[in-house]
Amino acid sequence: MAAARWEHFPHQADIGVRGVSATLEQAFEQAAMALTAVITDPATVAPREMIRLSCEAPDAELLLVDWLNLLIYEMATRNMLFGRFEVHLQGNRLAAQAWGEALEPARHHPAVEVKGATYTALRVAQQPDESWVAQCVVDV
Amino acid sequence: MDLALFERVSEFEWRIRPFGRMRVPGVIFASEALMREMDAKVYEQVTNVAMLPGIVGASFAMPDAHWGYGFPIGGVAAFDADAGGVVSAGGVGFDISCGVRTLLTGLHGEDLDAVKERLAEALYHAIPAGMGSTGAIRLDAVEMDRMLKGGARWAVERGFGSAADLERIEEGGCMKGADPSQVSDQAKKRQRDEMGTLGSGNHYLEIQQVTEVYAPEIAAAFGVGEGDIVVSIHCGSRGLGHQIGTEFLKRMVIAAPGYGIELPDRELACAPIASPLGQEYLGAMRAAINCALANRQILTHLTRQVFSEVLPQARLPLLYDVSHNTCKVEEHKVDGRLKKLHVHRKGATRAFGPGHPDLPRDLRDAGQPVLIGGSMGTSSYILAGTEAGMQRAFGSACHGAGRAMSRHQALRNWSGRKVVDDLAGHGILIRSLSMRGVAEEAPGAYKDVGEVVDAADHAGRARKVARVKPLVCIKG
Repeated sequence: MAAARWEHFPHQADIGVRGVSATLEQAFEQAAMALTAVITDPATVAPREMIRLSCEAPDAELLLVDWLNLLIYEMATRNMLFGRFEVHLQGNRLAAQAWGEALEPARHHPAVEVKGATYTALRVAQQPDESWVAQCVVDV
Repeated sequence: MDLALFERVSEFEWRIRPFGRMRVPGVIFASEALMREMDAKVYEQVTNVAMLPGIVGASFAMPDAHWGYGFPIGGVAAFDADAGGVVSAGGVGFDISCGVRTLLTGLHGEDLDAVKERLAEALYHAIPAGMGSTGAIRLDAVEMDRMLKGGARWAVERGFGSAADLERIEEGGCMKGADPSQVSDQAKKRQRDEMGTLGSGNHYLEIQQVTEVYAPEIAAAFGVGEGDIVVSIHCGSRGLGHQIGTEFLKRMVIAAPGYGIELPDRELACAPIASPLGQEYLGAMRAAINCALANRQILTHLTRQVFSEVLPQARLPLLYDVSHNTCKVEEHKVDGRLKKLHVHRKGATRAFGPGHPDLPRDLRDAGQPVLIGGSMGTSSYILAGTEAGMQRAFGSACHGAGRAMSRHQALRNWSGRKVVDDLAGHGILIRSLSMRGVAEEAPGAYKDVGEVVDAADHAGRARKVARVKPLVCIKG
């Protein structure tokens, strides 16, 4: 089975974020890493502060979009970046912790600000090798 | 795109005959070359939009159309509330009322030569740009609601610019029907520190020079002549608009089945105009339009302050301000009769023709200025709305170049530093917080805006008036 990983996939105007892992929860965590990587190198984000987040949606795909939008909101209003995530799922309810630090433009060189996660190329599914994939396009 | 999917109506008009659940045809305005390069997703998205309830005339796409969210970017569609028509959060997009405004300066190329570097530095310091940048203005709850109701008019009342500016903004600078009570606390919180900020991505503030005039009479009416220096600002409703888009998209996706709407794509999330949800969205979306208008007004004020220090002889009157991502109630002729329609423009510019009552009196004979932003380092264009354009696609034109490749691909092709150095070699100064951002926005990552504008002109969408080239670009 594939090791936990994140990647970006192309979209003409914007960019796709994808998390792949053995569990759905880790796939959500990896998708969040991919989101941070749209903005900056996640390795430059120190886990100085932890925040707790939760959300709920009618299905797993809408939940992924909610999760990413929650992070986008927290980044915007706290002026923070996040580089480590722990996700717990119970049905279609998500509870998570995210670790990060205040955005420092001179150090993080943010490439772009993410406006929102979209329903485009949205997919949360278990693949034939049993790994989970969680992906969508984000608007930048 | 496979051209066999289309019926070629004229050199610049391509039609998709209605099939399946399509209620109206699809129509794309473009040259054959642009059509061939266009993403096949545009065909799919134009077709999907044609399936929405209450759509009138056709599902249109402009020459710069590319793969968007639900609607293609460059998509135009109008809906009739009396015929079960819908309003779509996806059809407006996240960056509500993202748009361009152009300021005249009264300066010419030679006035700038000695101070170009100084001006670039001063603007770079004065204009908050990029992720995490904050504006100098913080709004409390009462003032936030006033801003959301008043738009640029609110900004002018607070000392940002003059009443003369308002005449040169769509809706007189204040979108009616805005309902701040439909804007969530989260959206307002996201905007708290973002008034008067440029944002990031393809947003910019540019000092430009007019290099070519195609329609001298209209250019004269616009106050634009060859060699003139102008300033253009491209940005939108910032975090507030993004949050409203996010929240209503979800609500509409969940509510659609209850309204009996079968969505061909979740991103087309919509609600009947006449429904409570549709009305709530319209109230919030109009508030976001006002936020964008106020934001561009504040940025205009900051720009004028910088010019007053560096080039005190300059006056910077507003030529015009256009919005790209909106849904507006407009009267258009349908089957020979005037009808009130909800016109969605997603990455498309309103382009009203001469004589339209919504145009300022002194521009009424010339037609509406249509400001088409290029990509960083490339030309931009000023066009004018035409009478012919009013007859098709509800008086709409393209909005920009449109990306030719993904950010991903652009990062592989260019380094930001090299892009900045190359452009400096051509006399174009780029100022940006992020070299990666510059690489992602490299000029080569976009389509040739000239080709898009020519197609818009030939297709009768709007008439080419002037071309401007960038001299200084503050990149968001």
